[in-house]
Amino acid sequence: MLNQIPLEHILLLSAVLFSLGILAVITKRHAVVVLMGIELIFNAANLNLVAFSRHDPQLMQGQLFSLFVIIIAAAEAAVALAIVLRVYQHFNTANLNQIVTSED
Amino acid sequence: MLFYFFAAVAILSGAYMVLTRNLLYAGFALLLTLLSVAAIYVLLFADFVAVTQLMVYVGGVLVLILFGIMLSSRVHDKSVMSENVNKGWGITISLLTLIGLCYTIWQTKFASLPWLQAASTDMLGAQKSTVQGIGIKLMTDFVLPFEIASLLLLIALIGAAYIATDKQEV
Repeated sequence: MLNQIPLEHILLLSAVLFSLGILAVITKRHAVVVLMGIELIFNAANLNLVAFSRHDPQLMQGQLFSLFVIIIAAAEAAVALAIVLRVYQHFNTANLNQIVTSED
Repeated sequence: MLFYFFAAVAILSGAYMVLTRNLLYAGFALLLTLLSVAAIYVLLFADFVAVTQLMVYVGGVLVLILFGIMLSSRVHDKSVMSENVNKGWGITISLLTLIGLCYTIWQTKFASLPWLQAASTDMLGAQKSTVQGIGIKLMTDFVLPFEIASLLLLIALIGAAYIATDKQEV
């Protein structure tokens, strides 16, 4: 095999990306950056699916599943950004802490 | 090796996305991460998933995120910056997650798993393009999730357009 990447290395890369996504979701307080962290978590999960699908060339269930994950991520991003825009117009801020602590 | 270069780029730009306080820099760091992940998909013989990643994520989601940054931030004053909170808890939880995942991956002996051993003999079948196989699978075994995904995209399109409409002026 010309290009045999060990499975463990791909899984470790995806674990690092997943932890970075969790760090972004917890520590950031702008709603759009929280969405970017969620996209990073989606990519880490997709990397796992594609890595295991490499050992399943006939069925390709992992690649098909990652395609559906990408579709759902796109729909989620569109709806979430529309909600962020409405929240920004209503509260005049996209900072999650200020939104939670504000009255009205 | 090419995989380690793209993995390093993905991890470094992901870390920069988390560490930087400028929202636009975070968006462009996310762009670099998504491109590296698409390159890794190509190295993993998933060419159609890589092209979909490029078209949907880099072409669609990232443009949406940049629009969201520009429309929900006052660029002229300092509010394009995003402060970090919960730093201790965030670093603790993500480090614990990383250590747990790495420990699990290190403990699992993937080479001795029976289904991986049985499948590794068919690796040569993955050399050709996966587009035809994915098309056939989408129209036979996965036709119900495919149709439901199209319905979901239609619902998301209508819902996002309805939510983002300014209702006072209509």
